[in-house]
Amino acid sequence: MSILDSKIPKGPLADKWTNYKNKINLVNPANKRNIDIIVVGTGLAGGSAAATLAELGYNVKAYCYQDSPRRAHSIAAQGGINAAKNYQGDGDSTYRLFYDTVKGGDYRSREANVYRLAEVSANIIDQCVAQGVPFARDYGGLLDNRSFGGVLVSRTFYAKGQTGQQLLLGAYSAMNRQIARGKIKMYNRHEMLDVVKINGKARGIIARNLVTGEIERHSAHAVVIASGGYGNVYFLSTNAMGSNATAAWKIHKKGAFFANPCYTQIHPTCIPRSGDYQSKLTLMSESLRNDGRIWVPKKMEDVLAIREGTLKPTQILEEDRDYYLERRYPAFGNLVPRDVASRAAKERCDAGFGVNATGEAVYLDFTSAIQRYGTEQAKLHHIENPSETKITELGEAVVEEKYGNLFQMYEKIVDENPYKTPMMIYPATHYTMGGVWVDYNLMTTVDGLYCIGEANFSDHGANRLGASALMQGLADGYFVLPYTIGDYLANDIRTGKIPTNTPEFDAAEKEVTDKINFFVNNKGEHSVDYYHKKLGKIMWDKVGMARNAKGLTEAMAEIKALREDFWKNVKVPGSSNEMNPELEKAGRVADFLELGELFAKDALMREESCGGHFREESVELDGEQKGEAKRNDVDYAFVAAWEYKGDPGAAVLHKEDLEFKDIELKQRSYK
Amino acid sequence: MNLTLKIWRQKDAETKGKMVVYKVTDISEHMSFLEMMDVLNEQLVNSNEEPVAFDHDCREGICGMCSMQINGEPHGPDRGVTTCQLHMRMFKDGDTITIEPFRAKAFPVIKDLVVDRSSFERIQQAGGFISVNTSGNTQDANAIPIPKYAADEAMDSATCIGCGACVAACKNASAMLFVGAKVSQYALLPQGRVEATERVLNMVEQMDKEGFGNCTNTGACEIECPKGISLENIARLNREYLSASLKG
Repeated sequence: MSILDSKIPKGPLADKWTNYKNKINLVNPANKRNIDIIVVGTGLAGGSAAATLAELGYNVKAYCYQDSPRRAHSIAAQGGINAAKNYQGDGDSTYRLFYDTVKGGDYRSREANVYRLAEVSANIIDQCVAQGVPFARDYGGLLDNRSFGGVLVSRTFYAKGQTGQQLLLGAYSAMNRQIARGKIKMYNRHEMLDVVKINGKARGIIARNLVTGEIERHSAHAVVIASGGYGNVYFLSTNAMGSNATAAWKIHKKGAFFANPCYTQIHPTCIPRSGDYQSKLTLMSESLRNDGRIWVPKKMEDVLAIREGTLKPTQILEEDRDYYLERRYPAFGNLVPRDVASRAAKERCDAGFGVNATGEAVYLDFTSAIQRYGTEQAKLHHIENPSETKITELGEAVVEEKYGNLFQMYEKIVDENPYKTPMMIYPATHYTMGGVWVDYNLMTTVDGLYCIGEANFSDHGANRLGASALMQGLADGYFVLPYTIGDYLANDIRTGKIPTNTPEFDAAEKEVTDKINFFVNNKGEHSVDYYHKKLGKIMWDKVGMARNAKGLTEAMAEIKALREDFWKNVKVPGSSNEMNPELEKAGRVADFLELGELFAKDALMREESCGGHFREESVELDGEQKGEAKRNDVDYAFVAAWEYKGDPGAAVLHKEDLEFKDIELKQRSYK
Repeated sequence: MNLTLKIWRQKDAETKGKMVVYKVTDISEHMSFLEMMDVLNEQLVNSNEEPVAFDHDCREGICGMCSMQINGEPHGPDRGVTTCQLHMRMFKDGDTITIEPFRAKAFPVIKDLVVDRSSFERIQQAGGFISVNTSGNTQDANAIPIPKYAADEAMDSATCIGCGACVAACKNASAMLFVGAKVSQYALLPQGRVEATERVLNMVEQMDKEGFGNCTNTGACEIECPKGISLENIARLNREYLSASLKG
């Protein structure tokens, strides 16, 4: 019997959340005024949670490392947000969104959580519209939808290619309203460096003021971690430069189990790397796959000519192009889920068909879409016998309307016009499905310590579908946590203010200060980035898109050795009592150097291929699915929750068995 | 390419700053401006000097964190981009590039190229929201049709990333474009009309309190805005303010 209790309510799947909400304990409004809650991170999950908890009457203290909550990396999400509204009348429903999410996650997520997510998804859209989020609308004035990978309905709401920005600004505006009322105390340019536990309960944090360098103690009755994912363990990713795992990792070291670290999403459509100086990778929204067709040349001589610059992609004849996704997956074509699309790109590039100098790029081509839209527009505008130029012009205008800002971004970075020549894309680390283990209440294995949004593990299984991250972040923050946290805090109405002059705070602060002092006094040889880049290379080469036992074992040893070297030879200039970006990075990379090892350990343990985790040893050997990933439901239908035991390599595995009562486990086929 | 950089160095808000000259070599034209700064900083760390502090985060032009006055222009010589999206192909071998923090009374320098833009936060807190609770029981999202042109126009205003380039570009350090964009987004949507009067009065009052200058219609803000926020937003802000003042 596992020590993990997921606390899933009893009863039929569709009634669980409603029945549960009807029975949980509530906190009287007058008592909420006496209860403090700390929220770390102000992205969609943290921002929406902070605003809602403050609205309910709790005293909220919110923290972000940036100069404003509006900068959190949710802002960069482009494509959209899913919701089971069925506005298009194409057969969508709560059940279908639930089903698609579980299937898309390769049957490694918790049914009850996913169903709840699908259930509240429609409320999110209503809420955001009420807040003034300017979603795209059709000519009748109603909300417009687009489709995303891995599904057969149109359920994605969007605001141009800036949906994350608009949703975050919505949550930010809700926060601002509460900041003005004094219900949220906002700590900008602050970084949480540890959690403080008193009698087994999370009661506060130690934070560093990034402007003055001061170490501060903050107490509360509950602590919510909403600090995002750990994709920057790869150094290069689509995450922001500052995105880090420190808050999540520090709570792991204080008793919160860390689940499924190996489930990481490598996004298929990113701008390829151009050189060693590269600091981050830029995503091109998945929505582009609605209209873009992915291909590489069929003939090797064409590939070589392109690399030499003697042939342009537009000169390659239709029959000499390999639209490999359409070829391999006729039912879903270019809209297969992200993990499938990424591996297919890697397969072609590994076979030598990559179309740029590094051999790591494929084409994303809009010619067909421009033609199709152009012809349609010509008809709508009653243009008889339109010329090719006119059709292209009209088609380009439609494509610009839909994806203009993405095309502009591509052109600025690559210096090529994607309307005229196909985009080049390659997969890059984007999102982490794994994260801190939480129960149905979103509470970690530490009492009073919650984890929401990308930072937790719960809803996406082994692979996240497009436009579901925004949905989960806002669902957790607006509609789930505000209920579940009340059930816990109902026992805290008589506790009174938590003092910060206790031995627990002393000890936590000392640990933090000692580490900072070490960094600024260790006059080592190498910069923090030197170590981060080395770690990233190990992760990408051996714990990347395809993994095997030998590589993973090596990666664990290499990361451990790199970490030991880091603690001897890292160099951090400047002092601790001032703004010091190198010191900030040092702390974050120190945590990545531990997380990376657990990541590899988890990947090594999971001897199956599922979702974003692909083990070369586990593939279908024959039949229609030959060469596709092979899941092993008999041995691995569980959540791997790791308990910290003093060293990431020594972490102990706890299994939460996954039960599928409403969905039959099937091989995921997009053929 | 090889470049000479003249960079503003300032230890903290209290200490006086000065321009310091640095050299960087072998810069690729494909690098972003901030990747060039990374090269400089790595060089400084390796020679035991303190790296240049600058704000940055997403590095894809959407978070609004990066700033910098490059050769006298916020976000540098290219149009429609933030500093993080500015590429070195905009410069030539042998160039001297001057890099300063955004200059405005309401944006005090924190360190080197990092400025304090919390004045923007306080303006948003004064009224940059619609007062609706997150009950999840608001009416259905499609209950009020919104004409496509209004939704599109509101979206154009809402794309402001709050970087502060408009202020840095303005000889008066005015924040009218920033405030106008937020006021416009809500003014254009039926949900926002309910509180339109109070919102514009409160936000403008806070803007004045923070020490931003007046607008004299030179239009520098629109030209330097990385997101192409148009001057129309200032015109709309003026109209909204006038009609609110008459009502209020």
